[in-house]
Amino acid sequence: MAQFTLPKNSQISEGKTWPAPQGAKNLQVFRIYRWNPDDGQNPRIDTYHVDRDDCGPMVLDALLWIKNKVDATLVFRRSCREGICGSCAMNIEGQNALACTIGIDECRKPDNALPLLTRKDKDGAVRIYPLPHMPVIKDLVPDLTNFYAQHASIEPWLQTETLAPEKEWRQTPEDRTKLDGLYECILCACCTTSCPSYWWNGDKFLGPAALLQAYRWLIDSRDENTGERLDGLHDPFRLYRCHTIMNCANTCPKNLNPAKAIAEIKKMMVERAV
Amino acid sequence: MAPPARPIVAPPLSPHLQIYRWTWTMAMSVFHRITGTALYGGTALVAIWLVALASGPRAYDAVAWFFGSWIGLAILFAYTWVLLHHMLGGLRHFVWDTGYGYDKSQRLGLARLTLIGSVALTIVVWALALLLH
Repeated sequence: MAQFTLPKNSQISEGKTWPAPQGAKNLQVFRIYRWNPDDGQNPRIDTYHVDRDDCGPMVLDALLWIKNKVDATLVFRRSCREGICGSCAMNIEGQNALACTIGIDECRKPDNALPLLTRKDKDGAVRIYPLPHMPVIKDLVPDLTNFYAQHASIEPWLQTETLAPEKEWRQTPEDRTKLDGLYECILCACCTTSCPSYWWNGDKFLGPAALLQAYRWLIDSRDENTGERLDGLHDPFRLYRCHTIMNCANTCPKNLNPAKAIAEIKKMMVERAV
Repeated sequence: MAPPARPIVAPPLSPHLQIYRWTWTMAMSVFHRITGTALYGGTALVAIWLVALASGPRAYDAVAWFFGSWIGLAILFAYTWVLLHHMLGGLRHFVWDTGYGYDKSQRLGLARLTLIGSVALTIVVWALALLLH
């Protein structure tokens, strides 16, 4: 049975409220998850005030503003600041996103949420947590070891039996288009950590990101290991824990559709059996 | 070089259900589970009615009285919705299993339709039942 509540060492308390900048007219409140492995305390939520007139439009701009001007101890991953490295994936206003490609105003306007079940802070704060249901290394940095191992387990490279051609492996333009919507994945883990099935069975279920990549190699006309790839996925957990909850497709910052890729794998399983 | 010594602390688990924003598709998935479980209770109602029917007029009258009371009617009304919601949810999953209905507007529409459709069908079924009674 899945545990729906947080273990004792993970329960969150109210943290520190950092002073607002002097003389700022356009303030935005941020509530950010903090956890430090060195102080022996439980996680807490710190409150920050960001001067919007002195800060860029994106959530990552605000995080960098806080780190530079208010609290240098705030820890998060970031690199490219243009949505291609996948480092700054985190839970922003209840949905996983890349801090660099989601706007501070944009993140507070959900387009697929149930209005009755959507909670908002009275002061209009933007709430930021690490990617959900993951071990935390520090503050907004989750441990993605298992996530990467699952990606490796689907053997994400071209596998062939026939002798390698003199030049490259060729593919028709039609076959190449089958990889569109699959190869663009940046492995940010937004989808996998948004999936309740993965929350409850992340040790056995491969999760949307790994399965999207599994399908990317299954559908590649040049790959000759389709049968064994399907054998590896034929398992009540690895593939079939997907119950089309579709949080993955709703959250993907690259607008990919892992749920659909998983459905296509399930169809391939049926087609080879009949 | 060896990593610096540091006390080993069990890392906390980041919050999940507590903080994740409810999407339509996620909520309807949970509804499908809950209604599926509630149907065990609904099937028991049908079984009670059948057993009463087979046991003779006295038992049947007692059960019919209960199902005809306000609380009985309320339970039957809820059971009707649970059954229809689970049925429409099943059809939605059937569509998804064929590989269709995954685009953004489609998946949102299908999820909303499940809830709107089940409420509407429940009202239609009860209106017909009351009219034809």
